[in-house]
Amino acid sequence: MSRDVRWLIIASLVVVALGVGACGAPAPPPTEEAPVVPTAPPPTEEAPAVPTGSIEIFSWWTAGGEAEGLAAMYDVFAARYPEVEIINATVAGGAGSEAKAVLATRMQAGDPPDSFQVHAGHELIDTWVVADKMEPVTFIFEENNWLDVYPPGVIEVLSSGGDIWSVPVNIHRSNVLWYNKQVFEDNGLTAPTSLDEFFAAGDTLMAAGITPLALGDSGGAWVDLHVFESLLLAHLGPEADRGLWDGTTDWNGPEVTAALEDFARVMEYVNADHSALSWDQAAQLVVDGDAAMTIMGDWAEGYFKSVGLTPDVEFGYVPSPGTAGSFIMLSDSFGLPKGAPNRDGAIAWLTVCGSKEGQDAFNPIKGSIPARTDGDRSLYDVYLQSAMDDFASNEIVPSLPHGAAASEGWVTAAGDAMTLFVADLDVAAAQTAMAQACVDAGVCQ
Amino acid sequence: MTQRLNPMRIGIYLLLILFSGLFLVPVYVLLSSSLKTFTEVQDLSRLWSPPSGLYLESFRSAWFGIPEKGLRGLGPNLLNSIYLTVPATIISSMLGSLNGYVLSKWKFRGANVIFPLMLFGMFIPYQSILIPLTQTLRAMGLGGTLWGLILVHVVYGIPITTLIFRNYYAEVPTDLIEAARIDGAGILSIYWRVMFPLSLPGFVVVIIWQFTNIWNEFLFAVTLLQKPELQPITVALRNLAGSQIKEWNMVMAGALIAAVPTLLIYVFMGRFFIRGLLAGSVKG
Amino acid sequence: MTHARRERWIAFLMVLPSIILIAIFVYGFIGWTARVALSKWDGIRPDYTWVGLENFRHLLVGQGTTARRFHIDLWNTFFFTLLFMVACVVAGLLLAILLDQKIKGEGIFRTIYLFPMAISFVVTGVVWQWVFAPGTETRLRGVNALLHNMGLDALRWGWYTDTSSIGPFHVALIPVIIAAAWQLTGYTTAMYLAGLRSIPDELRDAARVDGASEIAMYRRIILPMLQPITLSALIILGHISLKIFDLVFTMTGRGTGFVTDVPGIFMFETTFQGNHYSQGAAISIIMLLTIAVVVVPYLIYSFRREVEL
Repeated sequence: MSRDVRWLIIASLVVVALGVGACGAPAPPPTEEAPVVPTAPPPTEEAPAVPTGSIEIFSWWTAGGEAEGLAAMYDVFAARYPEVEIINATVAGGAGSEAKAVLATRMQAGDPPDSFQVHAGHELIDTWVVADKMEPVTFIFEENNWLDVYPPGVIEVLSSGGDIWSVPVNIHRSNVLWYNKQVFEDNGLTAPTSLDEFFAAGDTLMAAGITPLALGDSGGAWVDLHVFESLLLAHLGPEADRGLWDGTTDWNGPEVTAALEDFARVMEYVNADHSALSWDQAAQLVVDGDAAMTIMGDWAEGYFKSVGLTPDVEFGYVPSPGTAGSFIMLSDSFGLPKGAPNRDGAIAWLTVCGSKEGQDAFNPIKGSIPARTDGDRSLYDVYLQSAMDDFASNEIVPSLPHGAAASEGWVTAAGDAMTLFVADLDVAAAQTAMAQACVDAGVCQ
Repeated sequence: MTQRLNPMRIGIYLLLILFSGLFLVPVYVLLSSSLKTFTEVQDLSRLWSPPSGLYLESFRSAWFGIPEKGLRGLGPNLLNSIYLTVPATIISSMLGSLNGYVLSKWKFRGANVIFPLMLFGMFIPYQSILIPLTQTLRAMGLGGTLWGLILVHVVYGIPITTLIFRNYYAEVPTDLIEAARIDGAGILSIYWRVMFPLSLPGFVVVIIWQFTNIWNEFLFAVTLLQKPELQPITVALRNLAGSQIKEWNMVMAGALIAAVPTLLIYVFMGRFFIRGLLAGSVKG
Repeated sequence: MTHARRERWIAFLMVLPSIILIAIFVYGFIGWTARVALSKWDGIRPDYTWVGLENFRHLLVGQGTTARRFHIDLWNTFFFTLLFMVACVVAGLLLAILLDQKIKGEGIFRTIYLFPMAISFVVTGVVWQWVFAPGTETRLRGVNALLHNMGLDALRWGWYTDTSSIGPFHVALIPVIIAAAWQLTGYTTAMYLAGLRSIPDELRDAARVDGASEIAMYRRIILPMLQPITLSALIILGHISLKIFDLVFTMTGRGTGFVTDVPGIFMFETTFQGNHYSQGAAISIIMLLTIAVVVVPYLIYSFRREVEL
């Protein structure tokens, strides 16, 4: 190879490498970021400053109804603050495990977004608040008179140490039993209200060759915890159930044993291939009539509607057996990180999140109900309306697998215990493990 | 000499075809799923049934996204993957070549220790170093930038590219080098005049390997590149599957789109891959 | 400075950038991970309080769920690695030998066997999850549905949903091994094909002239000559399987009863879902040590060989 050709090759490689890399690096954003406000204690009783620049909103709502709802909320924000650029920093979707990894690495590197999506409750408090990474947002609630508009049960979940730490955008319900109305009709069944009725219906269905309860836990232990928490509630009732999370209810008690024993019994009524299905594939079993029921949060309604079904027509819904009168809640919320690059913009965003306009834009699309009690009912379908009624009247219980009731470390320990239990159905071992998880989380003795 | 079709030959062809069938099973699933409608693809008992029609909407939404619904498409991110993979591949190949040359032909003190130490870098689990990695990049001023990710891929590509080139250059007879030395060439010009011209097969192997791995890599990309405009196509693809309710037909369509460049590379460069391995980088 | 010394300096300087980068990004980070593994960092805020080998104790000989899970993980990794390496080597060798027989359309076959390497694990994981989903008696899915249609009902089983085990070997790993082998057999095929092609024809002709049968020729001459390739392939495959995460995570996750759990998944979940950074670091160190145990002897061996040559 002649010398010139070689030089030409090397030179072009270098040029290509640098050129392509340079093309890839984006030009600096056209709008300048607002100057960082020093983190002095937030002023109270002052009108919020008008934000400029851009805000970076971090979430895992990358697709589907979640992304669409978020876009609608962005529209509300943009109408109020047209000068502010919204950077929609979404990560990898799903249940947010990759997003949490990314968020953790960013926060530790001292590079927080202006606001980020987080489950209201202990997931936020025991992860970020405890690490002193968040500013309380009590002042936003007070400024906007939200303390009258949000139910006390929700405020309690959002609070720790006397302050409120995030603004909830929506409420989802965990303890819902969905069922295929045709299958029930064909087998002369009515929706079960107690665990005994559930098992009786299960026997009838098994005899007819239909899987009573569809379960799909390929997505992780959270699905198993999801069913289990309905059983815990059925045996404990709302007050004792709440006590599980602050150490006042004994995890070694007989009700927990009974709940585990019932779970073992429930597994006999569940499809054998549950670990090969995701929760929505399990819901599909109900759609197809292969299974009669499934216990899943009310995002399942979004699934049923996406395949063309109508609530109260093809599918019905009742609270999970034995839990009527209680509402296991989880909530997606946004918080205010310390050192948010555009603090005024973040506060403006949170104001929109907590506003009637914002929530009524987001929730009908997302398929959840507003956290506020004054949502416009006419925007929501018949199931969501019934959920809003229940939310206003029921006892509120925080959800375990969805970040409200317990810290993430606790949830993962409980999930591990569940993974083993679903395989070996060893009640004693599971109860010991659950009790130990409470101790390891620093809540129980 | 043409081979006659005796039973042995037929058996060989049958086996090859059988294995081809097995190998193509997932491709069939990918393809047919991408052409199905949402309700069709949800019905896993009809996994093997061909799509009822050629529903190309999934490809459209995967590529362009659905802006009204806040769904980003893959299109903008394809370029990002190119901006990432091309420089990273070229730079790590060059580094590997230089390292391989030095470590195979120039025994300075400690060279025998340096190579295994370098090689060991290939074996660390990448999830475990995410945190110090982000902090180090940030300290270097490269946090969240494309060049930061390029640097990461270059660094973690050094062990394998060095390995391949070192083994490759080890096959080059030292007489060639001796001859150049006699002509008065120094270490750098020997590389330039002797080694580099011979390196093409080595480069082919390395470029194919690195391009594929960097193009398909997800973990570093999702952790280090925050802004969606910067993210490569693997992350964008993951975002497509991001909802609680996954539209698998669209995701599969997106996966096919994302795999096109690497597929093309293997289709067209496959034979050079073998030749490159043949030329000496094969042996341990 | 003499010419030779100057040249050695230049040689050293040429590799210096790589040395520095590796020193920081590999060894520096390993050091950090080790330090965290010896601390009690639990939660978002770093905590480097020294606790010695407590995390390791908890993982390896503890009484709780953690140790139960980790023991299962170690066994799973052992069997997965073993069977995966055997599958890739055997299948790769077989396919390479077949391809070496002057096949018409070799290019097409070769492309088919190679291209799975071009697709990302994240995508193939989902596809294989569907393929091996067993379904139920009333609604069969995936391979089970195919087997039923072919009349091979006896071969149907739970695949990765099966929680049974043969001793410590969880049979649910089998479909995962198949998926991984599918992805990487192309690599061993390419290596072996190149190796076969590098064996001079004269050698084979000579063997034939001596009266050796094809099989004997393969056994006595060709296979031994391919040994270095086998060794090299085992190292590459070995380290991929010991670290494996993407494929298993997307295909089966941890599995009921942790039947398909591997340390890579455990490390990711405990660090980024549970915020147990120290525990995750400890798992990483153990993973690193297992890899080192396999790789370091190989490196020493191949260096001794080289010094001798």
